[in-house]
Amino acid sequence: MINYFPEEVLWHVFSFLTSHPDRNAASLVCKSWYNVERFSRGKVFIGNCYAISPERMISRFPRVRSLTLKGKPHFADFNLIPQDWGGNVYPWIVAMAKGSTNLEELRLKRMVVSDESLELLAKSFPNFKSLVLVSCEGFTTDGLAAIASNCRFLRELDLQENEVEDRRGQWLSCFPDSCTSLSSLNFACLKGEVNVAALERLVARCRNLRSLRLNHAVPPDALQKILAQAPQLVDLGADSFVHDPESETYNKLKNVMQKCSSIRSLSGFLDVNARCLPSIYPICINLTSLNLSYAPGIYSKELVKLIHKCKKLQRLWILDTIGDKGLGVVASTCKELQELRVFPSDLHVVGNVAVTEEGLVAISAGCPNLNSLLYFCQQMTNAALITVAKNCPNFIRFRLCTLNPTIPDAVTMQPLDEGFGAIVQSCKGLKRLSVSGLLTDQVFLYIGMYAEQLEMLSIAFAGDSDKGMLYVLNGCKKLKKLEIRDSPFGNMALLADTGKYETMRSLWMSSCGVTFGGCKTLAEKMPRLNVEIINEGDEMEGRPDDRQKVEKMYLYRTLVGPRKDAPDFVWTL
Amino acid sequence: MEGYSRKDMGCPQLLDLIPKEREWLVKSAQETNHGLPEEKKLELRLGPPGGDWTIKQVNGPKNESLLPFGHFTKAAAAAAATTPWQHQTKASFFPLMGKESSQTCRTVELQGAEKKVFSPANTAVPNSSSAQKRTAPAPVVGWPPIRSFRKNLANGNSFKLSSGSQNVVPNKDFGKKHIENCPKSKFVKINMDGVPIGRKVDLKAYKSYEKLSSAVDELFRGLIAAQSDSSTNGIKNEVEGEKLISGLLDGSGEYTLVYEDNEGDRMLVGDVPWDMFVSTAKRLRVLKSSELPTLSCGSKPGKLSLDHSMK
Repeated sequence: MINYFPEEVLWHVFSFLTSHPDRNAASLVCKSWYNVERFSRGKVFIGNCYAISPERMISRFPRVRSLTLKGKPHFADFNLIPQDWGGNVYPWIVAMAKGSTNLEELRLKRMVVSDESLELLAKSFPNFKSLVLVSCEGFTTDGLAAIASNCRFLRELDLQENEVEDRRGQWLSCFPDSCTSLSSLNFACLKGEVNVAALERLVARCRNLRSLRLNHAVPPDALQKILAQAPQLVDLGADSFVHDPESETYNKLKNVMQKCSSIRSLSGFLDVNARCLPSIYPICINLTSLNLSYAPGIYSKELVKLIHKCKKLQRLWILDTIGDKGLGVVASTCKELQELRVFPSDLHVVGNVAVTEEGLVAISAGCPNLNSLLYFCQQMTNAALITVAKNCPNFIRFRLCTLNPTIPDAVTMQPLDEGFGAIVQSCKGLKRLSVSGLLTDQVFLYIGMYAEQLEMLSIAFAGDSDKGMLYVLNGCKKLKKLEIRDSPFGNMALLADTGKYETMRSLWMSSCGVTFGGCKTLAEKMPRLNVEIINEGDEMEGRPDDRQKVEKMYLYRTLVGPRKDAPDFVWTL
Repeated sequence: MEGYSRKDMGCPQLLDLIPKEREWLVKSAQETNHGLPEEKKLELRLGPPGGDWTIKQVNGPKNESLLPFGHFTKAAAAAAATTPWQHQTKASFFPLMGKESSQTCRTVELQGAEKKVFSPANTAVPNSSSAQKRTAPAPVVGWPPIRSFRKNLANGNSFKLSSGSQNVVPNKDFGKKHIENCPKSKFVKINMDGVPIGRKVDLKAYKSYEKLSSAVDELFRGLIAAQSDSSTNGIKNEVEGEKLISGLLDGSGEYTLVYEDNEGDRMLVGDVPWDMFVSTAKRLRVLKSSELPTLSCGSKPGKLSLDHSMK
């Protein structure tokens, strides 16, 4: 019946489809739906930049306005992937410039971005509004200067945790006086100096500025002046905070903070004297998001005092210096907490500063809305995980990382299979899971059985045999990304269901049991997969023996065959 | 992973988790599994007690009423507590209480007894309320999985001091090039015997040991000459002038170049590939060759254990 609707009606209906899965589903119904959908899609999300070519993307979605691209595999964050692996955005920008795409927004994650790319970007798209770079590298402040100078309608420049070479230029000064459209500016990851006067003027003229995250180079007295100009801020990041609670700057800051009643999100505090924290007490009551994970200078006592005032917190990122007791305070104060991340603070000495299973249990008891967790801990027990699973059935993301990757249950010395099993069994909406600690094949049996919505699974130093991996591949129907390191899974598991990989975005296996022969077999069988081997060895005379184990394998589905930009050390089989 | 040396073998020997065609070595059952089949049935698990789970069963209907959440038996807990986690022999690891019907245990062979990776003996004793101080397990590449940004914080480096993401993980044990996210320069201190003031060199500015050697020569040549000048009461010795510092790398000269690596050991410069040297060297020192134990041509590369520490 719906086939008889004129296209305009379909078009109108599709305009309400915003999520990518919905649009993807709609495009599969029939040819006319495919066409209406593709012309109406403005936001394109590409989870693996090598799955498709820029040209094909543009020809399918000619009206693309916003592009999101992800490059390197997740484990690149932990230095498991060598430099120059790939993930360069330049070909995409070139193709879109050539295709006269009306690009307004570009969001990149784990990609290599050169200054040349940024310059081309800045000059090719007159309506460009928003640049978000997360965990990227390859550019300098010169590239930022190009963006600042040329993007007349720039609204958002958001740099999160990128490796940026500082050229000590004046990139901030490159924003012309006519630029008043900025609503979000985040340069916290830059290491170098900025022109503070230019920054103050920029903030003063951008009346729509909602989000501002400064780097360490912006001194506290400048911070205070900036805040005075922007009391409308909703999100503030300040790395360089006041040191002296007796100082004039501190008083000014205190006064100005009181006027910043719109601030809902706070981050930074890399460099802070805890005695100056009371200056932010006035805004604590309104905070919904607090990131103190870069603030090693705040000790448990002051942290607790601060958090005690943040009753509306929904998202909290902290260091494990907070301790189990501190987490207890979080549990009793932050009843609306949804996301918690506890990062390790001291990797060398294992002491009683870190958090254990007790803190997590307390959180689960006090915060029933918790749905996202990243927890680095000294130890864990099955009993605790079972309790957490009972208390918080709403987890969407559950990532547990024991500092010792194969530590057993601290009380029973058993593997942590049962605990994680309880999590997957209870949390029916779980989409992302990272497991750690001593784990046998059993945990994977549970995951395969219960984790029906699971999309991403991270495994390290776990399992006993191929069965473990098979349980997961057979059971998790919605699995998109599987990343495994240092686990005893070999060719048998890899090759058991080769068709599965075409339903997934990617598979990473490093320091496992798969061999060259196994990978070659897989590559031969599945032409629409790129099976890439990363070889860092210095002696590579000819191809290695089929029986030799592969250090790092990354395979992904693709419509465009082996990539042409693979470096020497990456072999596509 | 620490201890992995894949360079010269077809397959890794350390932490060999893959059984391949051979059976898992069953740790002598007498030591660990004091006849625990009873406990196996009573163990905390989500499925019906006993029975071997196969994949077919997995796809069957899930009977949730069977799930004994929080079902612990005292016996199981007690048995677990006596498991000899504390006993660490060189060749055994994690004696697991297997859930499979055959009580196979995972043993991991260690090559080189001194290279222990994870020591369960170091982990928590059954009393969980007293968190004990214990040494951290040996570092592993990429573990814990946190970004370099955070690693710098964790190691106490102030954000503004770090010139880039520095990975503190040792890579010597890999026996291969370890390519990381590297900053564009790596300045290390270099001190020379007899010269009170040290210098700094950017290791990344040189592509080879030869270039480094000549740079060191240039750095200190002038300083040494100046010192000998002042020591002779300002009377310039026109004959000697500035003496070349040569033979730093092969032990033939008056001085020899050594370095301290990221594990704190003092090493002779020149043994490892250049790139590896750059990534592991933390500081350099120019020592008088006469002070080194055995420095003749063809001396074995290795650690130098000298009494005086690197200042």
